[in-house]
This record gives sequence, structure tokens and C-alpha cells, in this order.
Amino acid sequence: MTVGFIMLAHQDLDRAAQVAAYWASHDSPVVIHVDARSDLRDFEGMKAALARHDNVRFAPRRPCGWGEFSIVAATLDAARIMLNDFPEVGHVYLSSGSCLPLRPANELAEYLTEHADTDFIESVTTEEVIWTVGGLDLERFTLHFPFSWKRHRRLFDRFVELQRKIGYSRRIPDGINPHLGSQWWCLTRRTLTAILDDPQRQEYDRYFSKVWIPDESYFQSLVRKHSTNIESRSLTFSRFDFQGKPHVFYDDHMQLLQKSDCFVARKIWPRADRLYQRFLDDNAKILVRVEPNPRKLDKVFAQANQRRIRGRDGLRMQSRFPRGDVWATQKTRGPYSVFEGFSELFSNFETWLERRTGTRVHGHLFDKREVKFSGGAKVYNGCLSNSAKLRDYNPEAFLVSLVWNTHGEHQSFQFGPADQQAIGDFLASDQNATIHVVTGAWSVPLFHSRMDFQRIRRIAARYQAIEARHVERLRSPHTRARVHVWTLAEFVEDPMTILKSVLDGIDPASSRKLTEVPRLADLHGFGQFVQKLKNEGMNPHSVGDFPLADMPGHGKPPIKAFAVR
Amino acid sequence: MRDENEVEVEQGFRVLSLIERYRLRLERKRKQLRFVRKSRELRRVVNRTSDIRAGDVLLFSVLRNERIRLPYFLEYYRNLGINHFLMVDNDSDDDSRKYLGEQPDVSLWHTTHSYKQSRFGVDWLNALQYRYGTGHWNLVVDVDEFLVYPFCDSRPLRALTDWLDASGVRSFGAMLLDMYPKGPIDEKEYKEGQNPFEIAEYFDAGNYMISRNPKYRNLWIQGGVRARVFFPNDPRKAPALNKIPLVKWRRGNVYVSSTHTLLPRGLNLVYDESGGEKTSGCLLHAKFLHTLRAKSEEELKRRQHYGNSREYRAYKQVLEKSPDLWCPESEKYINWRQLEILGLMSKGNWV
Repeated sequence: MTVGFIMLAHQDLDRAAQVAAYWASHDSPVVIHVDARSDLRDFEGMKAALARHDNVRFAPRRPCGWGEFSIVAATLDAARIMLNDFPEVGHVYLSSGSCLPLRPANELAEYLTEHADTDFIESVTTEEVIWTVGGLDLERFTLHFPFSWKRHRRLFDRFVELQRKIGYSRRIPDGINPHLGSQWWCLTRRTLTAILDDPQRQEYDRYFSKVWIPDESYFQSLVRKHSTNIESRSLTFSRFDFQGKPHVFYDDHMQLLQKSDCFVARKIWPRADRLYQRFLDDNAKILVRVEPNPRKLDKVFAQANQRRIRGRDGLRMQSRFPRGDVWATQKTRGPYSVFEGFSELFSNFETWLERRTGTRVHGHLFDKREVKFSGGAKVYNGCLSNSAKLRDYNPEAFLVSLVWNTHGEHQSFQFGPADQQAIGDFLASDQNATIHVVTGAWSVPLFHSRMDFQRIRRIAARYQAIEARHVERLRSPHTRARVHVWTLAEFVEDPMTILKSVLDGIDPASSRKLTEVPRLADLHGFGQFVQKLKNEGMNPHSVGDFPLADMPGHGKPPIKAFAVR
Repeated sequence: MRDENEVEVEQGFRVLSLIERYRLRLERKRKQLRFVRKSRELRRVVNRTSDIRAGDVLLFSVLRNERIRLPYFLEYYRNLGINHFLMVDNDSDDDSRKYLGEQPDVSLWHTTHSYKQSRFGVDWLNALQYRYGTGHWNLVVDVDEFLVYPFCDSRPLRALTDWLDASGVRSFGAMLLDMYPKGPIDEKEYKEGQNPFEIAEYFDAGNYMISRNPKYRNLWIQGGVRARVFFPNDPRKAPALNKIPLVKWRRGNVYVSSTHTLLPRGLNLVYDESGGEKTSGCLLHAKFLHTLRAKSEEELKRRQHYGNSREYRAYKQVLEKSPDLWCPESEKYINWRQLEILGLMSKGNWV
């Protein structure tokens, strides 16, 4: 017994001829259908190229369009020729002009001899399929589709809608159990003969001529009526991308294709010279008796579709510029922390946190004069400049780039009312941000400064107003960032517990003792300072309820390391 | 199968007022009239366009005094599979014209008219593309721009354009990526025929700023080394890096300004707005070589470049003080995969 090939070709006929010649010269008869719309000269050229093979036939040419019944009709014609002219054929394999055999012809023949009674055809009930174009599955069988999906999409969609609305449904003829699957099958002579000679065939053909994309359902459904032994998978490796167009193979897929152990692959780029050379050359083939294993290929294709549909989180670039909902929910590549008031309260907060967590801790990235990168760097990862003007030109791009460029290394930075505020809204709306705020902490450097008190009062009033707006934004229901707010008074009450929770937030694994703590600023007389502000007519409410007299233990830096559990 | 551009144009249809659409149409028509007028400024030197076959990928370029760059430029693009070069020589006084005229796959025009008045060469090329490029994939680049696209080391340009055709995509974006050497830019001399990226092998990987132009719907990208070194105090003036150099040309298409913007504006939608990544490439820019100094001086005299040649003024000023563009964070160029991983370009769903 041998295997016969039906080949449906419509362009790049020279390549189709090459593959047909390969099969024909390996004792596999080939019946070719060439689309009537193909160039006549190309067709003549193909006929001439195959003239020396007496086991090649051409089916009458029909004009074929995407998703039209003519493709099924052409297949049926070719199948009839195959069964009549080549009685030695046991299996008939449906292929296209852009298919390429990956394993030697005799291996396929052997494989099919071992499975003499098996029909290889992907045939899935309409309830099970998830890959259908346009989301239509069972409705392919029960609605009318007079408008072209490719050319008149809107009419197509509206007409489907209309039929749904009025509850229209076509009757499915007896004996047809709607199934769908890949167009490329390999059927036994027995099953194919039964389909061709079915007494109801005229009725079926009439019915299927109005089903949408019948090449994916005609044989897939009828095989359920006639076959006793269906293996629901295609021997041809072919995958579709998110647009529903087949992925194409190029020369650089050689290794992937070799490792797939599939018998036939589709679709091959017609100029992939090395693939055609390699796979149509018997000497180069290694005989392997294994089952096809397209898992690796599938993974590659799945990743590609994922990249096209979902893309990389936190990336804004020339061909990915998310807006609307996607941008609202997913702005940056990964988590980062914002500290407000900490470096004002602790003289060595940044170096301490950097050492303690092993992550990158910047100063005030949004400082009005220049970007304060960690270690005072002039340029940072990805060549981000410390120029404040460049940063302020597009602060969002600056921060998105910073997080993207650091490849998941946790970034922290200081922020406060003296900084450029434009980024505030972005921070609040980014779910990757964790924001720790000690309100009123900006007053500590003022408290230590020797400025004229009137000036201090004015600055304090301004900072407090800016901070209040910012905190209000952080507390709005639209905020996606994780936000922790303490007043200065609350914070100095129990700074170590708070620092511990901050550390756990950055690196939960490192929950060990706080063996080394940063130096708290001297707050001796801070209560009086607050009172003085009040006396001057300003109410520093953001500081919280700070006692007039010094609290015990505050005001001098903790000398002894102590643990917080 | 879905035609990506069409779907987007359809969405645009609903959002856009008819008046705005009409205005853009008028603008496009004006640009067409303009290039018809400007095409009279071109004088044919040698026309081999009868060699162009259906399906050929064509390259269009305007140049002036670039003799030293030409051999590698032609070699690079021949290797990618460009079938025909259509070049406009803007009155070179080195022997660029003679050299190009001798190349079997080059058609050449000559003009002594103003580069600025032809909107920096756009009008001349629009005219040539209209005449010879219709129905083909056209690549429009300067002679110091080198296209890199996914799989460009293993697949010819035709593989990309075939795939774009099959996907119903009509235009392909490739951001300009400024390359520079380590050390003063005139330390190493570029030699004729040499790969310029043996010298200018560094780039800025992650300091780009993007905003969207609502009128033409293209993205406006600035940043990189030029913003970092030449315009840190006036970023607004930093040059645009967004480019759409590869387009399946239809009769009604026009480039509006350089290859940054096209009309009809559906062609500018080379990016995805719902989170996915469209396939894109980069144009490696070999501007920062020793040749820049002489070029800056000449161009400052001629004043034929954008914004009164302010870019060239900035180059001259900065390069006199500190001619090194390199910084410790500069990335050394390896290949397109590196640019893909860095997020400067994307494979999209091309496998």
C-alpha cells in the first residue's frame, strides 16, 4: 500500500511542483488542483516540470477563494481521480502547495502501514473548539453567510447579528454531526470512498456550500459518520497566529523543524531555499521512528502570539504605546518604593536602606535642581541623565524607563513637597508603587535650619499645602499604589517597628533582626518649634499631635542596636 | 484574517470629525501638488528603473557629498535584498555622482535646488516614489541610516515585506538609534567601505521619551545620546527619532516631514495601544563619525537643515568642548536580538 497526495496549490507553483516531484518520485501518486485564478503560464510551467512523472494528475481547475466551498469541491474532484486512477493507494493525504515533507516519504508510508485503518483528521465538536476565527463555531453550521468576511466585514457581522436576533437557524441534514478541525487530513481509502459515494452526498454538498469555511468542517463532520477509527490530529504541522493566518517557516527554522519530527509542515516561505534543499534531499535525512512532537514549535508560536497581544509589562516603546485601561492598570515593569520624609528624619537613611536590603536607593529623583541618583551618579542605567530639565520634559517616561532599565532590581527613591510634583499622580496610579509617607517630616530640616523664622513659616505653609494635596491624591479611591501614611508624631512614637515593616515590604525573606538602625535626627525642642509655628498663625497639622515637652528617649540617636520582633 | 490597518482606520472613522478628515485630505492633496511642482527640479543622470520587477523592494535616498559612505551603504542594503536604489544627488562636489552613476542597480537624479525648499528632500522623494515606487515596498533612508529588523541576520528584507503583506500591514516603524564611538568622535578615522559600527559601536539603551501626536497619530520619540549630550537644557528641541521608513506605496501616499510622518495617517499607526507589541525595527544611525566635524561646518554655512540647522550648531559647540559622547552606562551594540531584549524594537508575532 502507498500513500497518495492531493495538493491544493494557488501560488508559487514552482515550489509546489518541486514538492510534488519529490513525492511522485517516491512512489506516491499526486493529484494536483491549481486555482483557476493562478497565472496560466505558471500552470503550464508546472505541468511541464512534472510531465516525466506518470503518477501525477491534474484535477480540473476551479476558482477558489478563502473559505469558499470551491476548495472542498476541488478536493472532492481530486480525491475521485486519486481513488480511480491509483488502486494501490491506501491512505490519501491532503496537502497544500506550500507544504514541505520533513521526514522521508518511506517513513510516512511505513507509519501509515502500521496504522492501516486509522483516519488522521483533526475533528473536534463545536463545543470544544476555542480557536475559531470570529468566534463562530456551531453557528457556522446554522446561519447564512452571504457576505465576504474579508471584504465586507461590517455587513458580515451585522447579518450574523440579525440572524441571531430573529432566532434564525438552518436545519442541519441528518447524519451530520458538526465537527471542526484543521483542513489538512490523511484518510484511508475506505473512509474517503464512503464519503464520496455517500447516497446523501448531493444534499450534503448543497448544505455545506452555505456553511462558513467548509474546508474546516466538511470532511471533519462527515468522517464522524463513516469512520470507525479516528485519530483526531493532523499529521501536518500548521499553526495560526492571532489574526488567523498561518505562521510561516524560514531557513532559520531548520533546527526547530528537524526536532519536531512532524511528517509535513506548513507553511513554508517560497524563498526558503535551504529548507527546500535540505528536506527534499533524501541523503540528508536521518531515519527516525518516532511520533511527531511539535511541542517545542508550539511553545515558540504561543510566545509570539503572547508578545503581539499582551506585550511586555512596563514597556513603552515605538511599537507598544498602551493607553486607556491597559495603561491604567499596568504602567511599570515591577515593584518600587517611594519614601517621603525618611531622609529628613534619618541622617543616613539612603545608605542604610541600600546596605540593609541590597537594593538601589536613590535620593530625591525629582529634586528641582538635578536628579539625585544613588551615589550621585551623573548618568544611570540606560543612560538616564541627571538633567532635571530632561526629566521634567517627560517625568513619566523618566520613571518608566528607570524601572524598565533596572531589570527587576528593586528601586527606592525619596520624594517630598520640595520636589517636582508632576509625577505625583502617576505614582498614586501605579500599582507597582509602594509609598511610605511621614507627613510633616519636611519640617525637621526647617527646624534645624538657621533661616529667618518668617521665611521658615512661609516655606512650612507651602510645603504643608503641597503635601496635603499629594496625600489627598494618595487616599483617593483611584489610587492603585500601596500607601502607608504616618504623621511625624506617630512615626517617632515607634520608628523601629515601622522601619521593620518597610524592610519586610521590600524583601520579606530577610526578616531578621534589625541589627543596625539609621540615625534619627535630633528632635530636642521640636515641640516648641511646632508651638512657635502655631503662635505665628500657621497650623502644622500634618506633623500630628506632637507634645510640647520632649518625649523620653527621643531627640538623641539610638546608640544601642535593638531587635524588633 | 484581519487587516490591521483597516480596522484601525475604521475605529478612527468614528472618533474623527469629518472636518478634520477633510482637512487632512486637503493637506495630502497640497503635498501631492507640491511634489509634482518640485519634481521639475530633478534632472535625470541615469535611469535604470526599467530593471525594476514586480515585488522588488526599492530604496530611496537623498544625499550630498557622501562619497566615503556609499560603498558600505550599497553593500549593506544589497545584502538585505534591496533590488533597486533610487537616489537624488543634491549637487555633491565630491565624486558621489560619478560613483553612483556607475552602479548597475542605481537610478540617479541630480538637483542644484534647495534642500530646505524641498522640505529636506521629502518632495523630491515623494515624486520619485509616486512615479516608480507605487505597488512596491519602499525603504526611505539617509546614507548614514542602517535598517535592522527582527531576524535581519538570517532573513532578507523580502521575508519581512511578504509577511507584512500577508498580515495586511502597510507600514513598518524603525526608530532612529544614534550610535557613537568611545572617545572623541574624530579619534578614529572612518575608512571607505568600512562598517561604521566598528567605530560607532555604542548607543543609549533606555532614555527615550515618547508622546503621541494627535493630529497625525504618530508617536513622537526623543531622547538617546542627542538629547542627553546636546539638548539637556532644552529637550523640546531634541531631534525626533520616530521613523516609518518602510511602506507599501500607494499612489496617494505622501511623507509629510522626513520619514517621521505619513499621510494618510493610518500609515502612522505602527504601534499597538492595547498592550501588545507590533513588529518593529531600528535604524542604526552612523552620524557620529569623524566626518561630522567637516559636515557640521559645511552645513552651518549652507543653512539648509531643519530649524536653521540648530542641530549642527549644537554639535559644533558641544563637540569643541567635550567630544566624547560615551558614558559608563553606554551599551555596546551586539545584534538585533539585544535591541529586542532591551525593548527598543520588537519581533511582535513574527516567528
